[in-house]
Order: sequence, then C-alpha cells, then structure tokens
Amino acid sequence: MAIAVLTLLLTRNLFSVIVLSGIYSFLMATILVALDAVDVAMTEASVGAGISTVLLLGALSLCKSEEATPAHKPWLPLAVSLSVGALLVYGALGLPGFNDTAAPMHQNVVPRYMQNEVDVPNVVTAVLASFRGYDTLGETTVVFTAGAGLIALLRRRKKIEPVESGRKDDA
Amino acid sequence: MIGHFSYIVTVFLMVAGLYILIACSNLIKKLVGLSIFQTSVYLLYIVPGKLVGGTAPIISPQYTVYSNPLPHVLILTAIVVGVATLALGLALAVRIREAYGSIEEDEILARDHAVIATEAANEEPL
Repeated sequence: MAIAVLTLLLTRNLFSVIVLSGIYSFLMATILVALDAVDVAMTEASVGAGISTVLLLGALSLCKSEEATPAHKPWLPLAVSLSVGALLVYGALGLPGFNDTAAPMHQNVVPRYMQNEVDVPNVVTAVLASFRGYDTLGETTVVFTAGAGLIALLRRRKKIEPVESGRKDDA
Repeated sequence: MIGHFSYIVTVFLMVAGLYILIACSNLIKKLVGLSIFQTSVYLLYIVPGKLVGGTAPIISPQYTVYSNPLPHVLILTAIVVGVATLALGLALAVRIREAYGSIEEDEILARDHAVIATEAANEEPL
C-alpha cells in the first residue's frame, strides 16, 4: 500500500494516478476485512474503488490528462507535512495500544449494543439504523446538499449527467 | 512501541495525503490526495476497534468476542460523505477548467494576476 501511495505521489500522468488510487482503495478494503470491518470493507470496495474511480475518470475525460511539472521546489510542503506527521506520532503515543480491551472505546455504549436489543444480528446495521439513526439522517442531508451543489455547478452541461446519476445511486 | 505500529502506518498515509494535497498543483491530483487522507482516518478509527481473536460484529452463538461495531458505523457514514465531497470537488474542477482552460493551480493564479494587471493598466489613463 505504501508503494501504491509513493508511486501515486511521483506519477505525473493523471490516468495512472487514478488507477493507482483505485488499487489503493482495494488494498484498503482488504485491510479492513482483516480488521473485522466487513461492512466498511464492502462500502470501501464499491464506493471508494468503484464510484470514486468512475467520478475521477469522468472528470478526467473533461480535462487534460498530464500534470504540469511543478514550478517551485516542494521543500515547504514537505516540511509542513513532516512536522504535522511528527506531531501526530507524538500524540498517537499517548493513545491506548493495539488490542487493549480496557480502552475507553470498548467500555461505554458498546456492551449495550452487543446485547442485540433490536433483534438484528448484524450489530453494525442495528447501530446504523436504530441507535444512531440521526447520523444517517445527517449523512443523507450531506449527500442531498452535494447533489444539489453538483446540479447547480453543472446545470449547463449535458455531458456530465451520467456521472452524476451514478453518484446518486450510491446515496 | 509495537502496540502503536498501526498509528505509525496511519500517520504515514495521512502525511502522504497531506503532502499531495499541498505540493501538487493539479486539482484532480489534489482531490486524490484528499481521499488518501480520508482513508487514513478510516484506519485511525477502525484499528483500535479490532480485538485479536474476535470476529466481525455479527451476533452468532458460536462466538463470544467481537470487534467494536461503533467505529464501523461512523466510518460507513464517513465513506459516503467522502464520495459526496469528492463529487463536488470534481464538479468544481470541471467548472474551473471551463472558465480558465486549465486545472493547474499555478496557471490559474498566473491568469488571475494577468487579468488584474491588465485591468489596472486599463484604469490608469482615466
């Protein structure tokens, strides 16, 4: 996965960049399966690797496919991102370690979720639709706003519409 | 330190995404960087929820240890919101391409400066 990201960083051809980001998404989905997040992995494979790639390719077909060589040296962005990374590592060292059952995230509401109160064996579905239904309402609001924004931005174009409807099927 | 290895991986992906976002001037590549940054956040949420020996959180009499379902739910929401953001960003990039004929940030800025300079030059004689 690191190789995919680093190649992506150095590639100038946007088509390869998009294909690499699709590969990266599939690798991420595999890792998510290994981490027991099967629902997330399925969504990542279909949305991250599928729809995102289609959207990116759709936008690419309307744009030039080569990136220009940068006009200035990338030292400032490199310094900024490395210092942010150092800060994040410093902060992460204070977090509970991997496989720590005493971590706060395993203590509060989760035992109640696992009691199967709503009689849906898949706990992720139960939490998504029942316990945290308002989150899903907010999510649909965001997707609706994005769809409205897309229509407002691209109204005069007829060519982009298939891409847009593909995104809405996902919602 | 071994227990925090996953955080190091997450931070590496985050830094790579951030670097692409800042250093690349191409708008589409910037958006790809943004989505890499996003996927690193998925890892940041889901890795602590994993318990060794646990299974996916689907209740079944054979299993007693399950991974934490809460981060999975939050990240499902985040993925869909992420793709909505990506679609909106790409729509903006396409409109910018229509208006400026380029999706390179440097060229767009150069054109903006040129327009401002010509406007200033036109107004001087008045």
